[in-house]
Amino acid sequence: MSYLNRNKIITLLKVQYSNMLEYRVEIALWAISGIIPFFMLNIWTNNNLNESINLSNVMLSRYFLSAFFVRQFSVVWVVFTFEEDALLGKISPYLIQPLNPFFRYIAQHLAEQITRFPFAIIIALIFFIFNRESFWVPNIGIFLLSCISTFFSFLIQFLIQSIIACLCFWTEKASSVERLFFIPTLFLSGLLAPVISFPEYVKSWIYITPFPYLIDFPANLLSGNKTNIIEGFIMQLFWISILFPTFRKIWSMGTKKYTAMGS
Amino acid sequence: MNIKKYLKIYSLFLQTSIASELEYKTNIIIDFITAILSLIGSLFLLTIFFQSTDNIGGWKFEQALIIQGIYTILNGITNTWFNPNLTEIVKHIREGTLDFVLLKPLDSQFFISLKKISPSGLLEIILGVALLLYCTGINQININIGFFILCLTTLLCSILILYSLWFLISTTTIWFVKTWNATEVLRSFLYIGRFPLNSFSFSLRIFFSIFIPIAFITTIPSEVFLGLAQLWKILLEIVVSGIFFIVSRRFWLFALRYYTSASS
Repeated sequence: MSYLNRNKIITLLKVQYSNMLEYRVEIALWAISGIIPFFMLNIWTNNNLNESINLSNVMLSRYFLSAFFVRQFSVVWVVFTFEEDALLGKISPYLIQPLNPFFRYIAQHLAEQITRFPFAIIIALIFFIFNRESFWVPNIGIFLLSCISTFFSFLIQFLIQSIIACLCFWTEKASSVERLFFIPTLFLSGLLAPVISFPEYVKSWIYITPFPYLIDFPANLLSGNKTNIIEGFIMQLFWISILFPTFRKIWSMGTKKYTAMGS
Repeated sequence: MNIKKYLKIYSLFLQTSIASELEYKTNIIIDFITAILSLIGSLFLLTIFFQSTDNIGGWKFEQALIIQGIYTILNGITNTWFNPNLTEIVKHIREGTLDFVLLKPLDSQFFISLKKISPSGLLEIILGVALLLYCTGINQININIGFFILCLTTLLCSILILYSLWFLISTTTIWFVKTWNATEVLRSFLYIGRFPLNSFSFSLRIFFSIFIPIAFITTIPSEVFLGLAQLWKILLEIVVSGIFFIVSRRFWLFALRYYTSASS
């Protein structure tokens, strides 16, 4: 892996940011497509389902708003880009460069998140207009911690997807594996229902898996709901420390296997 | 319109696209597992909702399962036909290959809507039908010819509405070129179709009946299935689906006037 200095990082981000600005409408639409947590909130409060889990309407709406935010800033799509690049042979020039192509993808994701930021804020403001009582300002420490945990959540998902993307070296369509993996992420991460509402037979094992740390943990942290901060961070770091070497390994195996398309 | 000719062409479409999809056999298996997991996930979510209450929006668990079944069938149809074809429109327009489609002595809407088929959604359709059959058992619904025809009619109407929605959004590609994410927005809104419309607050219910007619797509067919739907609802569904289809057709013909090929 190459030596990354500050200039390189800044240039990468700048280039990708101006690239992403071209697609503002796209990204705005994408931000809108993430509003499922609000529909879920509506079902929960409209049917008083939250009484059984001892969460007030206000706390639950904060939870789902935070879940929306965490999701907005941890969406990962590297496998789709990588698959296209691999199929079209665009990977070849990237591989020659003294920079792991995944740094380019990370920069793309971060730039996209910056572009997305104002749209997410607008959606949140609209939410607060309709739910004035659920407005809150987290204290700065908690806010920073939840930013870090959201970033860790992004990293976990990015690493998992990168590992899946590396499967492109062996099979042509890795995105179907990603779609398979997305199902447990969708239902178990806490995007549709907070993990505390899960039945006991799921709760007994779910905290060992990475899923609750993708949405549920950062969202609980940000919204001020009860959560075990230390345990959450330890588990996030634990998963990153497992996934990162796995990715390194599969990447080096894959690049050895790689034969440019058409050669 | 020569129906015989179109049927023959459609069978050719089927053969070619199935042949090309079978190239990716492991892919199909993975998609099948995805479909099963997705249904399990939805049922899991439903059981969470019903943990502390015996009805949401007036629907009991056994009745809510019907909506789930109909949603699964419709989602399967979307994955089998709408999704692979209508994402193709974007490609046609971006790369200018829509020219070749328009030059063919065929209806262009027919061609771009039905050219491809992706077998991965077929399992979802089967799972949905199986779930519905199971529901007839637990809800003690007796099936007779009239009931069957009524169910099939409303289901066909909702397929028509769903298709028109997808096609309408895809058509806007002619002006905006990239609309992948617009279909993502539609997808996430349709997600709501898994739940009874009554479980939402009044304002959302209005929204989901008028702008994105989820009420017509899953709720009314489910009511018909339960034998709860009044006649006017069924008639309304037929009228709405007709309107949607005609609008989508007109919109396509209108949009084509603005199509200016790529690079010209």
